[in-house]
Amino acid sequence: MADYRKVLLDPLVDNNPVTLQVLGICSALAVTTSLLPALLMCMAMTGVAMMSSAAISSIRNYIPNNIRIIVQMTIIASFVIVVDQLLKAYAYETSKQLSVFVGLIITNCIILGRAEAYAMRHGVGMSFLDGLGNGLGYSIVLIMVATIRELFGAGSLLGYPILPLAGDGGWYEANGLMLLPPSAFFIIGLLIWLVRTLRPRQVEKPDYQIHEVHRTEIL
Amino acid sequence: MAAHFNLFLQAAFVENLALTFFLGMCTFLAVSKQVETALGLGVAVIAVQTITVPVNYLIVTHLLKEGALAWAGLPDIDLSFLGLVIYIGVIAALVQVLEMALDRYVPKLYNALGIFLPLITVNCAILGGTLFMVERQYDFSQSVVYGVGSGFGWAVAIVALSGIREKLRYSDVPDGLQGLGITFIIVGLMSLGFMGLSGIQL
Repeated sequence: MADYRKVLLDPLVDNNPVTLQVLGICSALAVTTSLLPALLMCMAMTGVAMMSSAAISSIRNYIPNNIRIIVQMTIIASFVIVVDQLLKAYAYETSKQLSVFVGLIITNCIILGRAEAYAMRHGVGMSFLDGLGNGLGYSIVLIMVATIRELFGAGSLLGYPILPLAGDGGWYEANGLMLLPPSAFFIIGLLIWLVRTLRPRQVEKPDYQIHEVHRTEIL
Repeated sequence: MAAHFNLFLQAAFVENLALTFFLGMCTFLAVSKQVETALGLGVAVIAVQTITVPVNYLIVTHLLKEGALAWAGLPDIDLSFLGLVIYIGVIAALVQVLEMALDRYVPKLYNALGIFLPLITVNCAILGGTLFMVERQYDFSQSVVYGVGSGFGWAVAIVALSGIREKLRYSDVPDGLQGLGITFIIVGLMSLGFMGLSGIQL
């Protein structure tokens, strides 16, 4: 039981795919200008991660080693096509907003990374949970970034006004920078700083250490 | 001609794949510690992008689009839903072919690129370039220009970032920001700089 919990909960903070493993950042940044597309993207991504991990794990003993990457890519791409078609059928407007980024789930390194590192070596059930956990870890980061960007960039959440804008007679002057690409980089950078301050184990060793000069050395 | 040059500038600077669309971020952050390797990867991306975007254009217009199979006597077939799986297959295959061709004819370049060539298959900038080409409905010459331009823009961005990171070794970064964190902040500042180029038109 503890094992299941570890597989599911570890990727949320302690081993988060985005902030620690530097995977899947591409799409994490682009769809976060407002919360609704980000939520949809999280669902699509988590769904594909779960299904593809389970599918790849179920045939892991039959995949020849030389062509495993192309087999994994084909399986992942098939699930992405299913998700893409579902989104076009049931959430057409938002899927237009997501534009190419649903398709780009195929090259999201989290999915291929989990397939390669976990699903190829573990059973179907565990791989399913691992996909779910990593999908949720990705979703947490995405939702936090999207919440910050929409709240401070447009004063609303999911399209409902939260901070009354100065233009409509309120007091909040919207911060346009939040809606532009650079802010996503800053927010994730600061988020990483926060996580690593709370979990000092994750701090990277610098390539070059600056030599501490003691007072007596100069004299 | 002027329109094509304009498209090149647009693709390379104003709509830089790395800095405004966040594509290819994983490799962008992971392989930008040294200028030399970044340059090699940049050149590889330009090469692959220049080939894959037009090739995928041909496949979309002559095989996948609604009615595209009319030449084979099948005018009612619409295979566009197969797009994603085909693009990624084409990219993987082309990268493999390019790898073998380089190994055979230009071994020097092949050795310089090393591991980065196969990694390009899973670089979202490449698939992203193709998907943008399809979404914006470029024609053949436009897709060639877009391929070159977007690859060039990505290469410029990664070389610039690696230059900054080489200098960064000597700065005193707070513990939690060390490595990945500070890189994100730098990329954010670079992206801010590239935004200054928006609105440029000839």
